[in-house]
Amino acid sequence: MTIHDLSPWITVPAALLLVTGGLLTLIGSLGLLRLPTFFARMHGPSMGNTLGTGSVLIASVMVASALAQRPVVHELLISLFIVMTSPMTSIMLMKAAVSRQGRG
Amino acid sequence: MTIVFSWAVWFAQLCFVLAMTFAATRLVIGPRAQDRVLALDTLYINAMLSLLMLGIRSSTAVYYDMALVIALFGFVGSVALAKFLLRGEVIEP
Repeated sequence: MTIHDLSPWITVPAALLLVTGGLLTLIGSLGLLRLPTFFARMHGPSMGNTLGTGSVLIASVMVASALAQRPVVHELLISLFIVMTSPMTSIMLMKAAVSRQGRG
Repeated sequence: MTIVFSWAVWFAQLCFVLAMTFAATRLVIGPRAQDRVLALDTLYINAMLSLLMLGIRSSTAVYYDMALVIALFGFVGSVALAKFLLRGEVIEP
């Protein structure tokens, strides 16, 4: 079974999730590029990382389960990992930025 | 309906490549070190998502392992860089 004989009940929600995730990630990275200060720039990639990764990985789980014709959920491991670790990175970077604020 | 799905996969991959371009621009022009660390963090997540798109398009499970390894090592690298910026040292005695 290849990707070309999937049913529309799988491909249309997966396509919607992929477009949503791609647009969210793109908007987050555009925020990283365009926002004025560092503390404003922290916001954009967080949204793109968590929500965009979540929707893309749900689409990936749907397609992989339909291809293998059994539940394949090990892609959710990446999603869980990103959701756990992205706030930790943000907290560490924010603490570093606050402590480096006075220095040139 | 398959054509809709393959166009969606192409569109998502194009979005991730554009996002990688934005993050790389911020990595080059970032005024301070924490901007560059944040740009590296965004860059590896976008690269991981782009690999997942490759995995969907070729319908193999090989790319999943690469994406998991990229996620693991990217997190370790980002936290180590942030810790270095915070304290001037990564592993303190």
